[in-house]
Amino acid sequence: MRTQRAVTALALALVLCPMSARAHLITTGLGPVYDGITHFALTPEDLLPALALAILAGLRGKPHARMAIFALPLAWLVAGIVGASATTGIPDSMSWLPLLVMGGLVAADLKLSVFAVTTIAVLLGLVLGYANGYAMAHAGPGVRGVLGIVVAVFAVTTLGAAGAGAWQAGWLRIAWRVAGSWIAAGGLLLLGWSLR
Amino acid sequence: MRRWVAASLFVFASPALAHVQVGQATGFLTGFLHPTLGLDHVLAMVAVGMWGAQLGAPAIWLLPVTFPIVMAFGGMLGLLGVPLPGVEIGIAASAVLLGVAVMTERKPALYVAAALVAFFAIFHGHAHGAELPAGQSALLYSLGFVVATGCLHAIGIAIGAIHRWPTGRVALRVAGGGVGLAGLFFLIRAAT
Repeated sequence: MRTQRAVTALALALVLCPMSARAHLITTGLGPVYDGITHFALTPEDLLPALALAILAGLRGKPHARMAIFALPLAWLVAGIVGASATTGIPDSMSWLPLLVMGGLVAADLKLSVFAVTTIAVLLGLVLGYANGYAMAHAGPGVRGVLGIVVAVFAVTTLGAAGAGAWQAGWLRIAWRVAGSWIAAGGLLLLGWSLR
Repeated sequence: MRRWVAASLFVFASPALAHVQVGQATGFLTGFLHPTLGLDHVLAMVAVGMWGAQLGAPAIWLLPVTFPIVMAFGGMLGLLGVPLPGVEIGIAASAVLLGVAVMTERKPALYVAAALVAFFAIFHGHAHGAELPAGQSALLYSLGFVVATGCLHAIGIAIGAIHRWPTGRVALRVAGGGVGLAGLFFLIRAAT
C-alpha cells in the first residue's frame, strides 16, 4: 500500500513537472538517427536518469530489469512521437527532477516491486521522450531523431541493467548506490542553478 | 615537399569546434578540479574516508553515500546566494575534528557520525556552489565536483584499509593527527 502511494506521488510529481525541451542538438552529418543517438549520449540530463533507472532495475533483479529495458524505450518512443507533433513546449527549469528522483532511488536502494519499477520506467520515458520529441521536431531531425534516441536508450538501459545485475556482490552494490547519490546530488545542484 | 606541407598542417592544426554545447567539457573538468585545489577540502574529504574505514560497516558506505547529497544541498545554498557565515572556518574545523576523530579512533553512534559529517558537508558544498566560474555547464560542473569529492573519499577509504594491521592502525592514527594539525593551521589562518 505504501509502495503504491509512493509510486502514485512520484507519478504525479513527474507528470506535473515535465522536463524541458533542449534545442541545442548535435549535428553529426550522418543523418537524423545518428544525430539522435549523439544527442542522447552527450546530454547528461537525459543519459543519467536512464542510466539510474537501469541500475535501479538491475539491482532489484532480472524480472525488474526485463520490464524496465522494454518499458522505458517504448514509453520514450510513444511520448517522443507525441512531442514531435506538439505545438507547445515545456519549461526549461525542471531537468533536475528526474536526476534527483532516479539518483535518490538508486542511493536509497529501495525494495520496489516489478510493477513499481515498470511504472517509474514508463513515467520517465513519457517525460523525457516528450521533451526530446518536441526538441527534435523543432531542431530538424524530427521523429527519426527520436528513433535514434530510443535506440540509444535501449542500448544504455540494457547494458546498465545487465552490469548492475551481474556485478552487485559486496562492495559493488555500494558502488552503484554511491553512483546514485552522485546523480541525485547533481540533480539537487541543478535545482540550485534553476533557481539562481 | 609534400611531407613538409603535411607536417606543417598537423603542427598548426586548430581544434574543430563544430557546434559544441558551450562549456560542457570545461565545466566537468573545472568542477572536478575545484575540490582538489584547496588543501583544506582535500584533507577533510580524505579524512571522511579514513574515518569511515576505521568505523567499519555500515559507516564506511553510509558516509560516502550521504555526504554528496548533503554537500549538494550546501552547494544549492551557495548557488542561491544564501549567506552562510564562517564557511572557511567550517571547512578548516571539519579537517580538525575529523583528523582528531581518526587520531583518537573515536567511534560514536552511527547517527552522530553521519550528522557530524553532514553538518560539515554543508560548508564544503557552499564553498563549491558559490565559486562557479562564468560560462561553465551547470550540471557538468556540479557532477565534476561531486565525483571528485567521491574520489577523495575513496582515497581515504583505501588509506584507511591499513587499519586492519597493527602497524597500519598506528600509522592511520598518526595520519589523522597530521590532518588535524593541518586543519588547525587552516583554522588559524581563516580566523585571523
